[in-house]
This record gives sequence, C-alpha cells and structure tokens, in this order.
Amino acid sequence: MAEAYLRQGVLDHLHLDARAVREPGEARVALCERRFVGKVSLRGRPTKRFLAAVGQALGFEPPVAANTAAGKGGRAALWLGPDEWLVVTPPGSAGETAEALRAALKLQHCAVTEISDGRAVIGLSGARAREVLMKGCPLDLHARAFKAGHCAQSTLAKALVILHQTSDQPAYDIYVERSFADYLWAWLEDAAAEYGPAIVQG
Amino acid sequence: MGVQRQRLAEGGRIDRGHSLDFTFNGKRYTGYAGDTLASALLANGVMLVGRSFKFHRPRGILSAGAEEPNALVQLGAGARSEPNLRATQVELFDGLEAASVNCWPSVRFDIGAIGDRLSRILPAGFYYKTFMWPARLWPRYESLIRGAAGLGRAPEAADPDRYEKRHVHCDVLVAGGGPAGLAAALAAGRTGARVILADEQNEFGGALLGLRATIKRGRALGWVADAVAELAALDEVRLLKRGMVFGYYDHDYLGVVERVTDHLGPAAEPGTPRQILWKVRAKQVVLATGAHERPLVFADNDRPGVMLASAAQAYVNRYAVKPGERVVFFTAHDGAYQAALDLADAGVRIAAVVDLRPGPEGRLINKVRGRGAEVIGGHAIVAVHGARRVSGVEIMRLDYTANGVLGAPRRIRCDLVCMSGGWNPALHLFSQSRGKPRFDPEQACFVPAESARAVRSAGACNGAFRLADCLAQGFAAGAAAARDAGFGDGEPPAAPKAPEPESAPPRPVWRVPSIGAKARGNKHFVDFQNDVTAADVALAAREGYDSVEHLKRYTTAGMGTDQGKTGNVNALAILAQVTGAEISDVGTTTFRPPYTPVGFGVLAGRCIGKLWEPARLTAIHQWHRANGAVFEDVGQWKRPWYYPREGESMDAAVRRECAAVRTSLGIVDASTLGKIDIQGPDALELLNRVYTNAWDTLEIGRCRYGLMLGEDGMVFDDGVTSRLGKNHYHMTTTTGGAARVFAWLEEWLQTEWPSLKVYLTSVTTQWAVVAVAGPNARRLLAELCRDIDLSRAAFPFMSWREGTVAGIPARVFRVSFSGEVAYEINVQSSHGLALWQALMAAGAKYGVTPYGTEAMHVLRAEKGYIVVGHDTDGSVTPLDLGMGWIVSAKKRDFIGRRSLIRPGIARSDRKQLVGLLTEDPREVLPEGAQIVSEVRPEPPMPMAGHVTSSYWSPALGRSIAMALLQGGLARRGETVTISLAGKNVRAEVTEPRFYDPEGERLRG
Repeated sequence: MAEAYLRQGVLDHLHLDARAVREPGEARVALCERRFVGKVSLRGRPTKRFLAAVGQALGFEPPVAANTAAGKGGRAALWLGPDEWLVVTPPGSAGETAEALRAALKLQHCAVTEISDGRAVIGLSGARAREVLMKGCPLDLHARAFKAGHCAQSTLAKALVILHQTSDQPAYDIYVERSFADYLWAWLEDAAAEYGPAIVQG
Repeated sequence: MGVQRQRLAEGGRIDRGHSLDFTFNGKRYTGYAGDTLASALLANGVMLVGRSFKFHRPRGILSAGAEEPNALVQLGAGARSEPNLRATQVELFDGLEAASVNCWPSVRFDIGAIGDRLSRILPAGFYYKTFMWPARLWPRYESLIRGAAGLGRAPEAADPDRYEKRHVHCDVLVAGGGPAGLAAALAAGRTGARVILADEQNEFGGALLGLRATIKRGRALGWVADAVAELAALDEVRLLKRGMVFGYYDHDYLGVVERVTDHLGPAAEPGTPRQILWKVRAKQVVLATGAHERPLVFADNDRPGVMLASAAQAYVNRYAVKPGERVVFFTAHDGAYQAALDLADAGVRIAAVVDLRPGPEGRLINKVRGRGAEVIGGHAIVAVHGARRVSGVEIMRLDYTANGVLGAPRRIRCDLVCMSGGWNPALHLFSQSRGKPRFDPEQACFVPAESARAVRSAGACNGAFRLADCLAQGFAAGAAAARDAGFGDGEPPAAPKAPEPESAPPRPVWRVPSIGAKARGNKHFVDFQNDVTAADVALAAREGYDSVEHLKRYTTAGMGTDQGKTGNVNALAILAQVTGAEISDVGTTTFRPPYTPVGFGVLAGRCIGKLWEPARLTAIHQWHRANGAVFEDVGQWKRPWYYPREGESMDAAVRRECAAVRTSLGIVDASTLGKIDIQGPDALELLNRVYTNAWDTLEIGRCRYGLMLGEDGMVFDDGVTSRLGKNHYHMTTTTGGAARVFAWLEEWLQTEWPSLKVYLTSVTTQWAVVAVAGPNARRLLAELCRDIDLSRAAFPFMSWREGTVAGIPARVFRVSFSGEVAYEINVQSSHGLALWQALMAAGAKYGVTPYGTEAMHVLRAEKGYIVVGHDTDGSVTPLDLGMGWIVSAKKRDFIGRRSLIRPGIARSDRKQLVGLLTEDPREVLPEGAQIVSEVRPEPPMPMAGHVTSSYWSPALGRSIAMALLQGGLARRGETVTISLAGKNVRAEVTEPRFYDPEGERLRG
C-alpha cells in the first residue's frame, strides 16, 4: 500500500470538507462523498459450495434474492445479477477481502476483481432524499417498494449507478463510475437545491 | 382601458374583488382572478382574436378549453415569450401581455386576408401543385409561405425559468378530474392504492365547472369540493391540478406536465420550477378525459361569434360572461337546450334554436319554448352574415335527405351563434395507448373499444354523456383498477344520484347544405386552424386521396397545433359520405402525443448547461485544468487536446509536444482507454474468438495487439491485451469503444457462448494510466522504479511487469503508440494524480512535456498507426488496411472470418489504406477531402477515395496524410489529385508509414 497521503478522493477538487457542516441539524437532504470505500467485484454461479465459500471468507453469505444486500461487520454484498455481487468493505481493506475470497474460491470458477477506485460513493440522506432521487431515477423508490437493504442498478440523471438504501431514514449510498462523479455531484446539488442540502463528513 | 361590459353582476367562479390588468394586441383591459384570457376578452366584448392560417379570415373564440383552434396567442415578451397558447386555457394574471399569433399588421386589418379573396385558387394540395416547379425555387417559396402563415415565434434568448422532472410510480393513474375521474380516484384511493389524479385545469371538476348540475340533491360543485377534500386527506393520493396528461407510451408509461407557476406570471417566486414533467409509470390507468363538443359544418361557420354551445354555457356559468346579447342556437341534439336555458337565465336573448331534427320534442325543449324562444325543427343555417362579428344568419328548411335545402331563406338577426353537433369523446390518450376505437352510430361518435394496455375509460370519454353514468363508470373503473393493482375487492362505492332530463341522441348531418355560390361549399370549415373546408375534403377524395391518412396529409386537416380536436371526426365523416363508405370503415387517423403542445423547456428539464451531458473526468483532470490544457471531447470524456503555453498557438504547442516525445520525453494521460479484466479457464478461447489473430502463444507477462471485427468482417475495435496469469488477461479497447466492446463481449458470452467459463469486469476507471514516451522514458522510469528490471532483455517491447513506481503499486506495460520507447504505467485511480506529479517532478531534468490527443495523433500518424473510427468507418476490413498479417489463416473461426472470405470483400479495387505525400510539402490536406479520378471544373467529380488522417509532421518537416483509396495497395508511387474548394492538390501515394518504418526506435 502506497502512502495514504498520495491518494486522492474522487471529489477532492470540490473541497467538500471545507463546506461540510458538523451537525446537519434540520437539513432535509444531506450529501457527502464516502472516500476510499473498498469494493470488490465478485462473479460466480451461486451454488451451495460457492455461497458457503464466500460465506466463509466474508462472515456472511451473499444474498441470492435479486436487488438485495446483506452485510456484517462493516462489509456488505450487493446483489447485482444472478452471478454478480459488489462486495463493499471499509477503506483500505478491499485487498485483503479480495485475497480471502480468492483463497476460499481457489478451486472454483469465479472472478474476484478489486475495483475500489473505479467507482465513487456518494451518500445521500434526509427526509427529502427520496424526492431528490425521483428527479433523475426511473425506479420506484416509494417506501412500499424500495426499503433499507434493497439495492438496484439504474440510471440517475445521465449516469449509471448502483443505488443501495442503507436506512429507512431514508439514506442511500450511490455508487457511480468514478469518471461520472463530478457530473453526478453537480446534478445532485442542483436537484437538492430546493431542500437546502447540507454537505456532511463522509 | 376596456370595460367589462359583458360581465354578469353575479355568479361564476371568478373573484370580483381581485381585478387583474392585462393587454391584448397592445390594448389594455381588466379581468378577474379565475378568468382565462379568453373569458376576460369576452368580458371586455372582444370576440375577434386572430386570423386564420391560410386565408387570414377573421376568427373568434370557438371553445372554452383545450380544443381551441382559433384563439392562439403569443404570451409575454422576451425570453419568456411563448407561442401558440390557447387563450381558452391561459389563466389570467396581473400584467399578462398577449398578442394574436397570426395576423400582421393587425387583427382588424390584415393584408393576408387577400388570401381569402384568392381562396378559389388556394384549394387543398395547392402547395404541392403550385410550388413544385422549378424545384430550385422551393426554398424561396417556402420562406414566403412560412412568413405569411407562421404561427407564433419562438423566443431567441435562453429560457430563464427552471423546469424539473420527477419519476413517479403509482398503482392507478387517473387522467382527468371531472366527475368520472374524481369518482375513479375516490374508489381507488380508498383502497390504500397509490393514486395520481391529474387534471389540466386550475381546479378539479372538469365539465361540471361550466354546468349547473346537481349531485345528491345539491350543487354538483359541492360534491366536487367534498371529493377533492377527501382525496387530499389520503396519504397515498397525489393530486396534480394544472397537470396535463399529454402522452401515453408503452408499458403504461405516461407523461404529465404540471404548470406550477405559469398562472402567476411575474408574481411567481424565483427558484420555483415553472413546470414539472411527471414521468409516471402506472400499474393501471383510468382515462376520464371527457369529450369535446363537435362543431357543425355549415357555410361560414368560422365567423367570429360562432361558438360551441358548451363553451358559451361555460362562459356564462363559470366565468359570468355573456358571450353575446342575442343568440341563435344551431344544434343536432338536445345538448344545446340546457345551454340555451343557462344563457337565457344570464339575460342573453334567445333569437331561435335551429334544430336539424324535424320535430324536436322533450322536457328540455319545452322548457326552452317556455322561455319564449322559437324552436325551429328540420332547418339549417345556410349563411352567416358579418365579417368581424356575426350580425345574423339565414336559415332554410332541410330536404328529407339533409343533403339539400328547400324554400326561401329566412334571416334572423343575432350576434352569437352557438352550435352543437354532438360530442366527440376525447380518445387521444386511449388511442395513444394503442386502444382501438369503434364508431357508435347511435350516439354518432367514436368510443373506446379494445384496450391494448392496463387502461379503462370512464365517463364522457367512454361515450357516457349523462352525469349519473359518468359517476357510476368512474367509481367502477377506479375500484376495478385498484383491484387489478392489488388493492380492494373491486366492488365500487355506490354512486350518488345525479338527476338530469332525458336527452335524445343527435341527428348527424356532417355537411350542412347551403345555397348559391356558397353551395360550392368552400367555406364550410372543417378544420378551423388549418383552414380546411368540406370542399377540400371532397376534392382530396376526387383526386384519389381517399384514405383518412392520405386525406390528412393532403389537406393538412388535423395537422395544426390543435391536432384537429374539433375537426377530425367531421373530416372523416364527410370523407365517408363523399366516398360512400361507412364511417367505421374510414376510421380515425393515429392520435399522437402530446395531447396539447408541450414546451421544450420542460422536456429538457435540468439537462441544460453543465448538466446537459456528463463530462467524464480522469483522476488527473484537475492537474490538466490547472496547467492550461485545452480539452477535446472524446465520447463523454474530456481529454487534454494540447497544452498551450502563454501566447502559443495550437500548431506551435502541438509541434513542441511532438518534438519533446521524439527527442526526449513526453507524458500523456491515457486513463480513458477502455480496460476489461478477463478471468476464467476459457479466457484464451474467448480472445481467439473475438480477435482476428491467434493468442495461444502469448506468455504470461507479454502483450499483444489485436483487431476485433464485426460479423460483417469490418474493423470494430482494436487494442492491446496482456496476459496477467494462467487464466487472467487485461484487455484494452479504444476510448470511444470501451462500453460498446464490453457490451458486445457480454452479449456473445450470454447469448451465443454461455458454456464458456469466463467472466468480464470493466476496470476502465479502476486504473489511471500515464504513458511516458521518448528516448528518455527508460531513464526516467529507472529513477522512480527500483523493483523492475528495465533492461531491454528483461523487459522487452510488448511485455508488462508488476512493481512500484514512485512508491505506488503499478502495472507497467511496455507498449507504444508513438513509435518511441514508451511505458504505460497503470496505478489505482486514487494514485493517478500522485503518479503524474512524481513523473513531472522527476522528469523535469529531461524537459518532460505533457502532450495531448492532438500530438498523440500526429505521432501515431507518423507511424501509420490507425485509429478505429478515424481511419475506419465501419466499412473497412483488415485487408483494406493492409493488415492481412494480423488475420490468422490457421484459426478455425473468429467473429467476422466468414465475411472476410466472401469474394466482394476480397476484391482488389476496394478502398484501401495508403499514405499521401503532397507535392507541396507545406500543404496539409483537410481530413475528409476527396481524391478524384477525374478533375472537372466543378463537382460532381468521380471520387476514388478520401483523406482519413492528415497532419503537419514536425519529425519529417512536412505534411503527411493517410487515405482510403480505391485499389490503393497497388497504386504506390502514383500521383493522385485531391479536389479542394478552389484548388486541386496533387499527392504521391505511399506506404502509410512515414517515420522509422522499421520500428527500431520503439524497440530500443
């Protein structure tokens, strides 16, 4: 691992730290960049053997229900397809998670690829967070249809995203191709403007 | 200042305590809150509001709603100006400015009206017949015609308002908030279903707002208020007033435009969106869109003062405006009689009710007679007097066929004619949903038949014109829709009573006969907005345009901004009559969204300015920006194009950047290259199938260039793929092709080759890529990298090594796109900027020079390296490129192989890639320039090929070009001519390799 100071968050050029408030207070929408979240792409057919091996490596089995997430101990696995998951890990731990997965799946056909830096993560939360997403995401995000623990791949404005609802507050983690992050952040700030968004620490 | 002399002293849904000033065609008037522009104009005695499109005939207000064909106005001035709004739907606000869209120099004196006198020579198809020849003059004719006929003007300044979009899902969408729609929303909403009720008007109630109807022994509007209050209290019901459902698309996806602040004008709070586009995905849809009253097609039925009966009724009841003092009703059914009573109660004198039916009888009719009005059965209006305002009508007895009239005309003095031909259900959304209408001969109108989607129709749009039926159908449709969406048992609530007198159906007389010169019928208007008459319809049929779709296009009936809401059914019925067909066989034309026009602003929403299109940025972007890079768009990426120094031209910057690479050291951000991580035991097999060359011999640690073809054998993409491990490869693609290649490979794997055990992962943005190139590249790298042996032998061209560069874990690929020794250093993106800065710092002593895409292109062209999509265009094979060496003869198959062996593809006279050296070395050919095989004084000349890449080569000190030339591979040494505007340039055909053709430098 290279010296940490050599690393750049995707949105560092926007100096979000300087704009961040400590207490979002009554803000109806809060936004942040979650820097350096670890991400591992996991591919494999969800056989019992595969799920058990992954379970052994992660401490929990990856979900097999479409568009759901499972997690434990700061790590989560987001179902993206019948043979595809995004494993999310705390900053700095994607490498060891990937190694653990490779070791556990050594004799099986699979692909474990670290993609931590390929995607940015934007956190969006607050009472009006859902309304912000409705301005650009065609999914049904109504509380009856999309709840904490649900995830989905969709478009938000003109960017492809993975949307993961992390709480019923509601709060969402938005995964977006790193190169689109500057655009998507600008779009989110614009969409949230009417709700007086607060920028918070990631 | 005008006086509201036609305003009633009491009644109506207007606020007399809140008066509003406005101007129309420059003149000042006042109206009240609750008025539309049309009702306020009528209150001020203004009936003449515009000129017709083709004949420039004076036109008045016809309707009180969305179907209005005449009262089209340009609203506001400057950047907010909006054309073609229907005055009948524009809510009045203080300071409103409006002007007629189609009259110059003024509405009262209109030069274009000469078109009316010339109307004998302006029949249907006039443009097609007259302005066909000579064809080269058409652009001039067109601009003159457009100038004379234009409808409104688009503002030229940027729209200053904010528009928003919202995606929303619901169980039941109800379109239309009249009695049927409210009932449907209540029935569905009470089950707990998610319901959206959208209505285009400023308040719910639909047609009830213009009627004096009764529900449950009380005023119908009392019931409406209760219903709205109940709906508003339901958590899962969303009420969108001023929300027009304009389009019904596949999968029950509907568009609604909510006009949030249009009605406030300048009083709107800044920052509030002016309009919101609701993109609704509904499980079930209830259409309760009502009906439009059908005009009667009689002689001079377009005179200002001829109005739909229901409109006059709405002006009296809803807006407390008398549209005239002395009215003649002209009707085909009972519907007009209630309107007559309402007008009479408002103090309008009923001069006569002219009924097309021979002996109209019934309670309503007797009531009208009881008010002293003359009811004249079996008669028709044969002439209307008055140019700018109706002054009277002539009536005659109908013969028994209703195709002719008898006896002597009788003149009746009036200033208002209210016509009622019956009702046309508003089938627009139903038809857009691919529903099939059928003709109901009993009611003489089209009604919904088969639905193609999860849609129900209720109320007047379903042919139910009685209030009690509207309510019952609405409740039933709402309950059933909710049930089908998973809520409730489908049992409708009991519908309240809504007593109405019995009403007899209309007698359809599609073209009302007339006499004298007018019998030619060329002034029986069918389509008011586009000035199409009954005679035009007949003419079209005579000339063979006897399908309804041909009729529409030939006469332009229904092609105005109103899409023929008032005219279409009359037009097709007259067509049926003329051709002797049944109306049901003639059918309707296709209804298309939007129901009424939608502004571009709301369709664009926030996708404007910086948010118009995503700008994809690399991890090093901010450095490029800070260091003065000029950017080029490559797909959605922003790539540095060149880095000008202060006062430096682009040419000079590019020459400097190229020279640095050739003589010392250049550095380029190559992060945008597509990258695909390939893993699995069948990874090698996949490569062999998608690339033209063989991959079996590629060892771990080595790289190989590959070409991908489409199934047609044409070059699709190219790039270098490296072997990372036994079953692990790293593929690169072109920047622009990355997404396309990834999707293409996934498609093959998922649909054709599911048995291949291989997984693909896009890692394009996982890695930042910095290429260092030039004679000093190795020296620089050696300083920053201690764990890779960089010697020629240990790290040869086309191999890769893993190590650390400037303390950062990296994969270093020794590949070259410049022809110099070069290393592409890949690090995780979050380290990209640190890597770049380290290379810049350490490279300073070598004069390290950042270079952009332009220098990159010059360098690669000097080497004759192609760029897919630049030197190829989807019609170029590897053989055309002289790259037969990369097409494996041994492999059994690969994508495109079969196409390559077809004789046409192997022909020697195809366009093939060559180099071009101009005779004058200073001449840089424009890309795209044509190589001609015969020089003529002016084009067209026979074309033999075209220039694909062309640059000034600093290394050679002259221009170079690549071109696709017919039979080019065999034409080396020939001289060809390139024809440019104003001159011809001669050039020698060469190999497309200009610099270090042996490749000694890059292997060095």
